[in-house]
Amino acid sequence: MEFEPVIGLEVHAQLLTQSKIFCGCTTRFGNPPNTNTCPVCLGMPGVLPVLNRKAVEYAIKVGLAVGCEIRGRSLFARKNYFYPDLPKGYQISMYDQPLCVGGGITIETRKDRKRIGLTRIHLEEDAGKLIHQEGADDRTLVDLNRAGVPLIEIVSEPDIASPSEAHTYLTMLRSILLYLGVCDGNMEEGSLRCDANVSVRPAGEKQFGTKVELKNLNSFRFIQKALEYEINRQAEVLQGGGKVVQESRLYDPDSDTTDLMRGKEEAHDYRYFPEPDLLPLIVDQKWIEEIRAGLPELPLERRDRLVAQYGIPAYDADVLTTTRELADYYEAAAKASGNPKGASNWVMGEVLRKLKEEKAEITACPVSPDRLAGLMGLIEAGTISGSLAKEVFEEMWATRHAAPDIVKARGLTQISDEPELLAIIDQVMAANPGPLAQYRAGKSATLGFFMGQVMKATQGKGNPTVIQKLLGEKLKGS
Amino acid sequence: MSIQLETVRHIARLANLEFSEEELGIFARQIDSILVYIDKLNELDTQRVEPTSHVTQKDQAFREDRVAPSLEVLRALANSPETKDGHFSVPKVIG
Repeated sequence: MEFEPVIGLEVHAQLLTQSKIFCGCTTRFGNPPNTNTCPVCLGMPGVLPVLNRKAVEYAIKVGLAVGCEIRGRSLFARKNYFYPDLPKGYQISMYDQPLCVGGGITIETRKDRKRIGLTRIHLEEDAGKLIHQEGADDRTLVDLNRAGVPLIEIVSEPDIASPSEAHTYLTMLRSILLYLGVCDGNMEEGSLRCDANVSVRPAGEKQFGTKVELKNLNSFRFIQKALEYEINRQAEVLQGGGKVVQESRLYDPDSDTTDLMRGKEEAHDYRYFPEPDLLPLIVDQKWIEEIRAGLPELPLERRDRLVAQYGIPAYDADVLTTTRELADYYEAAAKASGNPKGASNWVMGEVLRKLKEEKAEITACPVSPDRLAGLMGLIEAGTISGSLAKEVFEEMWATRHAAPDIVKARGLTQISDEPELLAIIDQVMAANPGPLAQYRAGKSATLGFFMGQVMKATQGKGNPTVIQKLLGEKLKGS
Repeated sequence: MSIQLETVRHIARLANLEFSEEELGIFARQIDSILVYIDKLNELDTQRVEPTSHVTQKDQAFREDRVAPSLEVLRALANSPETKDGHFSVPKVIG
């Protein structure tokens, strides 16, 4: 029997505020343990939380960007459970009255565009970090620096039909959050975390199967693999006549399997109730419109615009709009060079390659868009060849000098002068009578050999177009 | 009695509390009388009444996103029975 998966994702995104959601402690990552704490986020008796306005603004921003309805009145609630990462014994979250409802995210699948619906987006506080010590002393160490950092939880509808769609959805969501500047999207540092609800059902069936919650999907690669494993596992259980049990499973990247989570059997009984320490959150229309007015162009809009405005392929536009900064860089280079496709090739090729090699961000790129356009101009004017330009680019990267200065200093100007090149061609032909005879006997592939020899003799400075033309004539014996 | 002893035991567990059988019986009776009272309130038709989550009529007060000094780590950890390397140290829990 064929089975089809039904997937919904719950994504937690840390908001890029300076201070925590209910107190003034810094949200800075990487400080020594428990140095970003105060009586509020430590859960001391008698303290009161006060809501960070910026956190609400960021949550609304995301809600507007993905077409949610922003509720004029929402309510914080206590989610009660005992776990050492939560000093109060409850997490302040939202329950039946979230800030944003509905909306959706459009993703690009292999076939077409598809809208993944959203159930809700709500605000909550993050929990602390636990370090489970190995060995005899059997202790768990608690760092509460992260406790109280503002999060939004973005809950999708069960609209995702495959692990690769889940991956695409997450990529697009991350991209939107980066464009909005509300989250740094760093999965390794936990700024973006993902849980999945997954079930399978016989293909074509309307009824949902029993869902399993998958936790610890903390990299893009894991998410796809964990879902693939879990879907197969469930299909095999059903195939064998068994039943899928509703449970939480943890993905283990080392063994590439999912295992049942123990010890939290009762934890799902959270006994939510309205948070008495915080008044209802009232958001007026004026504030919402102010935030709406400040929304940037979003990834998919920008992608479509790049295709329309610069005539570049959709694939290029996809890569170039991954982040706002990269798209800014590309547009600057396209405009400065007047050669949008050429700029796209350079940015997607050399620029991204070097950035990846040096693990750097585009904002730290030592070759500015103007300088890149200058280099492209030299190729277009025939001053240097394309392959030599790559060398010049390397040097621009290393020295931060402009392309014309490097070409001048190193005497790299391309040789396009026909008499000069003809003399070199004559020498090469005289030195290689064997290949010449082969060529004249009809082995036209030998042309490549002569191209290489001439380029070598000009130290790579020969103009390939001119050489090819001249060689064609000379080799034929004319 | 409308409340089961098992329910009381479950709630106690969720609240991290341990009781003797005798105590559980006492709580079951007390909770039951509270529930009887709630049932009485339920006789009222509240369909057109907004649920009351808060009794003050004020809106949310905000703070601006400004960092304020945190506690010294030693003070933050001062109430902890056991600490290690700047952390609270607790009996091992399994994620």
